Amino acid sequence: MGRLVLRRLLATIPVLVLVTAGVFALIHLTPGDPIDVMMAESVDATVKANLRRELGLDQPIYVQYAAWTWRLLHGDLGRSIRNGEPVIENVSRRIRPSLQLSALAMAISLVVATPLGILSAARRNTSVDRFGTTFALFGICMPNFLLALLLIFFFGVKLRWLPISGYIDPLEEMVPGLRSLVLPALTLGLALAAVVTRTLRSSMLDALSEDYVRTARAKGLSESSIIRGHVLKNALIPVVTVLGLQLGTLIGGAVITEYVFALPGVGRLVVDAVFARDYPLVQGVVLLIAVGFILSNLAVDVLYGWIDPRIRYR
Amino acid sequence: MARPSFRGREGARRWRLLRHAARTRLGPLGVVVMLIAIAVAVFAPVISPYDPLKQDLGNTLARPDRAHLMGTDNVGRDVLSRMVWGTRVSLLAGFGSVALAMVTGGLLGLLAGYAGGRTDGLVMRVMDAVLSFPPLVLALALGAVLGAGLTGVVIALGVVYTPTFARLMRGQVLTITARDYVEAARALGAPGWRVAWHHVLPNAAAPIVIQASLSVAFAILAEASLSFLGLGIQPPGASWGSMINAGRGYLQQAPWIVFWPGAALFVTVVGLNFVGDAVREALDPRLRK
Repeated sequence: MGRLVLRRLLATIPVLVLVTAGVFALIHLTPGDPIDVMMAESVDATVKANLRRELGLDQPIYVQYAAWTWRLLHGDLGRSIRNGEPVIENVSRRIRPSLQLSALAMAISLVVATPLGILSAARRNTSVDRFGTTFALFGICMPNFLLALLLIFFFGVKLRWLPISGYIDPLEEMVPGLRSLVLPALTLGLALAAVVTRTLRSSMLDALSEDYVRTARAKGLSESSIIRGHVLKNALIPVVTVLGLQLGTLIGGAVITEYVFALPGVGRLVVDAVFARDYPLVQGVVLLIAVGFILSNLAVDVLYGWIDPRIRYR
Repeated sequence: MARPSFRGREGARRWRLLRHAARTRLGPLGVVVMLIAIAVAVFAPVISPYDPLKQDLGNTLARPDRAHLMGTDNVGRDVLSRMVWGTRVSLLAGFGSVALAMVTGGLLGLLAGYAGGRTDGLVMRVMDAVLSFPPLVLALALGAVLGAGLTGVVIALGVVYTPTFARLMRGQVLTITARDYVEAARALGAPGWRVAWHHVLPNAAAPIVIQASLSVAFAILAEASLSFLGLGIQPPGASWGSMINAGRGYLQQAPWIVFWPGAALFVTVVGLNFVGDAVREALDPRLRK
């Protein structure tokens, strides 16, 4: 297991180097002078020159990259031009709502998708299966922002059951906090549930057609104990893969969801930084998100090895 | 008896694949939706009853009626006309970005798979790095630096989808170059580019076409998301995503501003998904019943 982790960690290094190069290049892709784009025309030339010097944009590009990487290695992701605070501080203030939202969304998706995926496969071509596959299709084709607006319309505007925007920390005020997260988490969770339902159904169907299931049936085992004891564990690997792959979608979805529900999370921070043309903040947050994404995919890879011992020795 | 020509056999094979696609349950429905969407996009100037940009401040948030079949928005613009013109933006972004990704990714994959060695390693590590970004976050960051507008969105989404095509093409090239007919062509002295163009590329096309047909629907969703966030086509231009964003403040008084472009987006994406599934079923022998 240790070797698997080490091998995956080593394979991550060149990707991380290229990711930093890509994020560094972002600011240089701007058509025209990035300083002019970041600051209004009316801003004094001295202020612009100071920012240019501060960001190192007056240096040759290789010097800029070396200095930027050096600062990164020392944990300095730069400063926001808007509020002058380090990127790390901006992110650490916003990370809690995002993590709570993602965890709740993941929980909702598993609660919905697990029974639906299993039942759809176990009762193939029945009304339960048709409901499961239709739900999956709708969830995959429905844009996050549209689902969010529908939920706001019904549960917030018409029924007035739940708040439609804002955030209260559930760790400080449990009930109002959870109420503020229900609609955003449903928006994200249902979309994820659709993908998980589809994958679980199809991997269950594959596992159900295996020889060992036929043997178990021939032994006279009941259908429910076959599913619990033999099928489910084998059907779980593609689901873990999909959950890993969907982390990116979850983060992307969180950007939209946090924007619609005015949640002060990292996703909202990215959108705000993009519109304020706060490029150092965009660079810092995008880099942190990418690194987080790479590390969570690494964790998923290691998890495979734990679920399926065959992968460990490959 | 004369042997059927290569072109004749190719034609028969294509016809057979088309029949397979048409026999799928939802494929034909998807094709109908796609053709309607394309027709609306092409004939937008003819179909659109009003100028999509023309404001009528005396007739804001008007309910759907005979004059305005889908009502008007907060500045009195006709929702139907804006939705019709928005179809053009959505399809251009969807097909444009996937075409860009297919060409760029296909060529990079061909280069990586065919050249092998360091070139392969470098190209694929760069693709891995692009895949390390959550797609929407990368599109957002690229959209931010390239500037808001349709071109920026098409390029940003094209970059996001490129690695998928590069990986697929590389995998195909590696499989195909190991086949006997490629070796035979090489032994006969065919230059590398000729082998790649005449033997590898046509045989590697099927999975690329499948991926492209499935990607268009997601590219349309992604464009709508970027437009919703304000990075797509700029006001007063119409796109489904920006219309929904503009209408979300009027959900209670005028839900039709959000409902119609939302329905158009959803139906188009479902239809394109059906087409993608049908193409996959027709081209992938394992999925054929």
